[in-house]
Amino acid sequence: MKTNPLSTLAQVRREWLLLAIITVIALVVGARAPVFLTWRNALDIGNDSAILAILVMGQMLVLLTRGVDLSVASNLALTGMLCALAGRAWPGIPLVVLIGMACAIGAGLGFVNGFLIMRFNLPSIVVTLGTLSLYRGAVFVSSRGAWVSDQDIHPLIKGLPRETLLGLPMLIWFAAVVVGLALYLLRWRREGRELYAYGGNPSAAVYAGIPVQRRIVMAYTLSGLLAGLSGLLWVGRYSIAFSELASGYELTVIAACVIGGVSIGGGVGTIGGAVLGVLFIGVINGALPVIQVSPFWQQAIAGAVILISVVLNASADRKRGRQILDRPLVPELRAPQGAAA
Amino acid sequence: MKALDTWERVLVALIVLVYLGFGLGIDGFFSPYALADSTYNFSEKALIALAMALLVVAGEIDLSIAATMALASLAMGLAMKAGAGLPLMLLAAVASGALCGSLNGWLVTRWKLPSIVVTIGTLSLYRGLAQVVLGDQAITGYPETLSGWGNGSVGDLIGHPGLIVPLEFAVMLVMAGAVGLFLHRTIHGRRIYAIGANPIASRFSGISVDRYRLGLFVFAGVMAALAAILLTGRIGSTRPNLAMGWELDAVTIVILGGVAIEGGRGSIVGTVLAAVLLGSFNFALGMLNVSGIVMSMIVGALLIVSMVLPRWLKLLRRPGGAALKPV
Repeated sequence: MKTNPLSTLAQVRREWLLLAIITVIALVVGARAPVFLTWRNALDIGNDSAILAILVMGQMLVLLTRGVDLSVASNLALTGMLCALAGRAWPGIPLVVLIGMACAIGAGLGFVNGFLIMRFNLPSIVVTLGTLSLYRGAVFVSSRGAWVSDQDIHPLIKGLPRETLLGLPMLIWFAAVVVGLALYLLRWRREGRELYAYGGNPSAAVYAGIPVQRRIVMAYTLSGLLAGLSGLLWVGRYSIAFSELASGYELTVIAACVIGGVSIGGGVGTIGGAVLGVLFIGVINGALPVIQVSPFWQQAIAGAVILISVVLNASADRKRGRQILDRPLVPELRAPQGAAA
Repeated sequence: MKALDTWERVLVALIVLVYLGFGLGIDGFFSPYALADSTYNFSEKALIALAMALLVVAGEIDLSIAATMALASLAMGLAMKAGAGLPLMLLAAVASGALCGSLNGWLVTRWKLPSIVVTIGTLSLYRGLAQVVLGDQAITGYPETLSGWGNGSVGDLIGHPGLIVPLEFAVMLVMAGAVGLFLHRTIHGRRIYAIGANPIASRFSGISVDRYRLGLFVFAGVMAALAAILLTGRIGSTRPNLAMGWELDAVTIVILGGVAIEGGRGSIVGTVLAAVLLGSFNFALGMLNVSGIVMSMIVGALLIVSMVLPRWLKLLRRPGGAALKPV
């Protein structure tokens, strides 16, 4: 965690800047199409962004530790499919069991990532690249390539995102709870602070006696757990489960993190920034159809925004960002840690 | 360079195993035409994997390489629609590939950004631009010559119908030879290893690190353009989702080929062997009617096993301690 006041200032400024940009976009689009500034549209954008927000919280934990989890979208699809199949096979299944099942499967798949990365000292990008294909293929195998379509999705799964509580859709509540828990973890829990410490300086974290391996496995497991929960919600929201579900969505998740100022280099990033990153993508995606720009622009705009925001970051603090292809800093030091795993 | 290091030998053994195993199990697998056919599966991917191997050895990565292919193919299509002849079309493809590569390289070297972030951004940008221009349309109607390059054999070109080695495969072998000589036999290749092993020490020993990085990204763009020309010729159309997801395949080939993802180690022989292994394996599974997504699942598993196995064996071999030396 960088504690020098200058970089903290840059962080704060950056989030306000992002908020200002989002507000300006919303106002400009609202001026052209007043429907954009209605409560109803805000709810739509919130609904569309909720799952992304949940995934971003998980991804952020991993990014803080200088890793990356490319397998989230595949994890989401596999968990979503397994829940849909379970719902079809056992019509009497209670909702709590479904949610527990989604979290458990997701966490299990995330744990596999974390275990492989820590136990064998492998680069996270390659491991999660492998599990990306592996989990995606498992969706196909588990469903034998068939779709689980609307009428076969369990009514409880379909109902979950559509429930409302105090006037807000359940999806937004889920996202709010997850964001709240992530905030609690990263601000007030020792475990969360240790993620920043490790990302900021891995060897110092080891010297300080932080159980580095356990923390990293925790980050991947939590990322997987949230991906699993998102899988259940995704299947409910779109009432369909198939092999290509959310394919390629991991890049959107990482994009939201990067836009929100979570550094791929680890150790830097705030919950507020990450939520704004999600909101930015949500507002852009919501605005394009309103101002009659082809939705084909979405991806190009997201790409341009990622590039601009990382360049802005780089010019804000002109230190060479650490590469994600991590070179162990202190080999002698990490070796005994391997024994402890 | 030892051309056949331990890992390369393992790959050769696996290739022999795949060809023998499936050859005895599947009727017609050994016919020369089937063997020639099996090379289409990996020739284009091997081309971008060669460029990716150089980048990874230098400690960088280019995830936008497949999106660059889509843009290069698009540039070729637009040039054709504008009435350009074949040479101009090719020029358009190569120029747009080089342009994409230089944008990546410029962002990485000028702004000191990690290449993975930059190329995730440009992946989205390039693929997005292809979608903006094409929408849900496709460009078709490419000239015969192009289709001949993509589908034809060396024999067609030099007038020996008996020689059925596909042109794409030949192009791949020539490029592999050139890249291999460059990496393993020239001073520039040695410097690329040095940059990957320790960029700061390399800079202090007088290597213009950033110039090499920029050059490698431009080269990756050009190779993507070359692969795009062959692929467009082979399938005869340009779509926004051309070569979708191939960046992951290229990375898989490179890692399976024994190139260390942290840079500084790896060989071109290994990369080519890995491309052949994956391609022939996929082709054989295709003949067995295994679905594409299951194949990619097996590839993912192979990728993980190929990394875990050597380290696990090292763990077992070390008596008493399970201490892992970071490699």
